[in-house]
Amino acid sequence: MEKHITLPLTEELAKTLHAGDTVYLTGTIYTSRDAGHKRMCEALAKGEPLPMDPTDATIYYVGPTPAKPGQVIGSAGPTTSGRMDAYAPTMMSVGARGMIGKGARLPEVIEAMKKYNGVYFGAIGGAGALLAKCIKKCELIAYEDLGAEALRKLYVEDMPLVVIIDSEGKNLYEDGRAAYLAQRNK
Amino acid sequence: MREINVSNVTDVVEKLCIDANTHLPEDVKCAIKNCRACEDGEIAKGVLDNIIENFEIADNENVPICQDTGMACVFLEIGQDVHFVGGDLTDAINEGVRRGYDKGYLRKSVVKDPVRRGNTGDNTPAMIYTEIVPGENVKITVGPKGFGSENMSAIRMFKPSHGIEGIKDFIIETVETAGPNPCPPMVVGVGIGGTFDKAALLAKKALMRPIDSENPDPYYADLEKEMLEKINELGIGPQGFGGRTTAIGLNIETLPTHIAGMPCAININCHVTRHKSEVI
Repeated sequence: MEKHITLPLTEELAKTLHAGDTVYLTGTIYTSRDAGHKRMCEALAKGEPLPMDPTDATIYYVGPTPAKPGQVIGSAGPTTSGRMDAYAPTMMSVGARGMIGKGARLPEVIEAMKKYNGVYFGAIGGAGALLAKCIKKCELIAYEDLGAEALRKLYVEDMPLVVIIDSEGKNLYEDGRAAYLAQRNK
Repeated sequence: MREINVSNVTDVVEKLCIDANTHLPEDVKCAIKNCRACEDGEIAKGVLDNIIENFEIADNENVPICQDTGMACVFLEIGQDVHFVGGDLTDAINEGVRRGYDKGYLRKSVVKDPVRRGNTGDNTPAMIYTEIVPGENVKITVGPKGFGSENMSAIRMFKPSHGIEGIKDFIIETVETAGPNPCPPMVVGVGIGGTFDKAALLAKKALMRPIDSENPDPYYADLEKEMLEKINELGIGPQGFGGRTTAIGLNIETLPTHIAGMPCAININCHVTRHKSEVI
């Protein structure tokens, strides 16, 4: 099913999204990957505040290329989400709800998604030039020393995504493959 | 004896880094388009359409195809009658990478220590592979390698008694384990034989070979076809969302090996399989 949605990703909105839905996402999201997540989780462990408000936030696992003159951002496709599995439940525990990436997630992340009504969106891995077109604003907000891994605030319009895992734990990686094989073997 | 100034090497490496990251090789584009024509699922077709649109944008606007502009793998086939002058060859290659990644607005993705991390800030050092060949030319190939796929690669030291079936199972198992992580449709490089390290190098070299080419040995050419078909029966599909196209190519490279062994390495690459060459 095709859906156009506007952030923030509230609990109510999250519950309307199902694995396999094609979603065009509009609103503010944050970028973070390995080193940024490590820092945020270390800050939380010390009781320090995060550089962004995690409430109903959506985090895009991406490390873009540098913007060329005249570009908002360089190529910006998703990185492999599994490397953020160690941090994702902590991020959801403080309110972050949406994750955009690619690749499989661990069972403990899926359990946390069910607990906090999280949604895992897939962007097309390797389509960084195309995805950059949906990013209309980009602002560096923290961890500048991390370069491509710095924390950025993005405004995206109609970003094409697919719901991979929904808040009930349904998983397109399992269901999509099973459906294809069932149809082929008919 | 032909003298080549290392500054020529710097210039070529700089150019190839930018070119490889911006323009996908024709064989890869062609394979993706052919696979799009064979897909029937709606999600799978949509994903492949977006992948095609993406490399067209990169071509037309001279921007990186993927944000993971990789570690710069630089292969040099050096003619034995060449004498490099004007400086250190390794420094010259790294300077080419440094300039290419700066001027091409490519991502700097290299950390200076594997455990303690810390970005080097200029994507150096390159991974350099040299080979001495007859003649007085130098062929340079730059293959930027992303790590979403690199991380899904594997190596195994088989017993000779495992035979070809052991290798076939290992290829399928590795692709199955990789699943959606390496941005399928993937390209699979297989290296069989040599030593532990040489098998891995063969697998990487297999990824530098055009995917519309075949191994010159008919036995391995048939194995390439058979394994690609088997992989595309797994149903993983584009991006792992289900579908026919799990891989767009599989290349095998081999070397003689020891009587006691049968090393096999599998280097996984994504649909953004990049390599550009130039001869000096």
